[in-house]
Amino acid sequence: MSLAFIDNASLSFGNKVVLRRCSLEIKEGAITCLIGLSGAGKSTVLRLLNGLRMPDVGRVTVMGVDLMTLSKRDLIDFRQRIGFAFQFSALFDSMTVGDNVALPLREHTRLSKTDIDRIVNRTLDSVGLLQAREQMPAELSGGMLKRAGFARAVVNNPRLVLYDEPTTGLDPIITHVLTDTIKRLRQQLDGTAVVVSHDLDSIYAMGDYIAMLFEGAIIEYGTVEEVRRSVNPIVQQFLQGSEVGPIPI
Amino acid sequence: MKVLEEVGRGTTGFLEYTGGIASLSADAATFIGRMRIRFSETIAQAYFLGVQSTTIVLLTSLFTGMVISLESANQANSFGVSNLVGGAVAYVSSRELGPMLTAVVVAGRAGAAIAAELGSMVVTEQVEALEALGLSPTQILVVPRLIAMMTMLPILTIFADIIAIVGGMYLAKVVAGIPYGEFVQSVREYSAFDDYMKGLLKAVVFGFIIVIVGCYQGFRTRNGAAGVGKSTTGAVVISIILIFISNFIMSFALFGTRPAD
Repeated sequence: MSLAFIDNASLSFGNKVVLRRCSLEIKEGAITCLIGLSGAGKSTVLRLLNGLRMPDVGRVTVMGVDLMTLSKRDLIDFRQRIGFAFQFSALFDSMTVGDNVALPLREHTRLSKTDIDRIVNRTLDSVGLLQAREQMPAELSGGMLKRAGFARAVVNNPRLVLYDEPTTGLDPIITHVLTDTIKRLRQQLDGTAVVVSHDLDSIYAMGDYIAMLFEGAIIEYGTVEEVRRSVNPIVQQFLQGSEVGPIPI
Repeated sequence: MKVLEEVGRGTTGFLEYTGGIASLSADAATFIGRMRIRFSETIAQAYFLGVQSTTIVLLTSLFTGMVISLESANQANSFGVSNLVGGAVAYVSSRELGPMLTAVVVAGRAGAAIAAELGSMVVTEQVEALEALGLSPTQILVVPRLIAMMTMLPILTIFADIIAIVGGMYLAKVVAGIPYGEFVQSVREYSAFDDYMKGLLKAVVFGFIIVIVGCYQGFRTRNGAAGVGKSTTGAVVISIILIFISNFIMSFALFGTRPAD
């Protein structure tokens, strides 16, 4: 069953075409990984899924709602149902880690302070950061920042969580920890995740489906095994990290 | 042909900027109208934007009042009209220099700070994170600053008016030997309460300009640290230009048809 669709979406920024008739289906209850070259439009696809970007043409449907039909205010409300973990965490640097994670609950629920504290502690514990609750973002390491970003993204139990390059620039051990964390959080939430990543080992370890974006369009989509066995030379060149092939260097 | 292209690009840019400012203002007004105001953040901003600007505003106003007095006291004495000096200082301060200099100084300090802070938040994706969390950046970031500044700038202007008159009074005594009593009598005689009120109305408008321009510049920041610097400079320059233009328009509308008292 599908949780979200992008249907023939095209998007340009000025003269630069980012997406060309891009279509993608996100299966419910699965982790879909988006791969592709730098600048291929992966992060833009992620932003289409929570309405941070709108396509120039085409349609985006998430949880049965056509995002193109929502007013600005309705779109803001709709985003409460989707978690987003940013590439550089985007924690609010004037707040402690605990306050960052508590923010969605304070703003969107009528929970008591005690209940919010309990949920924040539980969520921080689930990403191994309970001890960092009172620390400021500037005091955290790269891996801790990412996990704090994960905690903020999942604290209000969203059905869909979007991860933008969660393991980029981190050492292999932290990468492994974050990969496990994403898998575990998806299971805990019984939800759906979309992960943009370049890290093929992580993708093979956590992904259920892979979609490859090339020159603004999805050129391959399937289960991890299907994509690994793809006969598309572009996909194979990317997966093998080879300089030789149809991808222009 | 190239000239036409440049004119077209400039016009489009101007209209885009004006539309963006209008849209942000309307968005902020909607939140204020619905009373969706974060009071604790508003108080924090009032402290930062207003209270922390007090020293610099008082210093500039003190010396402005003293220089008006310096220029006018000796001249007035030599013509035997020393009873006009207090009125001149109060008149100029309440109607023009008090509100405008305060706004220019605050635009340089607080307007730049707003653009830099919001610009940094944009380049570190914090503004996008607010949107992703289902929160409105206008409600969270713009509205508290707008209310704080539109409240604090008139208060700072009152202080500026007072300190300019006190500074002028001191210098008139030191330089031209004009007694304090005569100076105060002159202030009472030649400045109207109405002028002070209109000056405060100007301050409210200037406060609006400083925050909306600062926030808009911050929100449209691109290209990392260099972009933050560019937005900050732009915020100060555009705010000051708009303050001067709107000051002329308001002076014309509020005082222009009335002969000087």
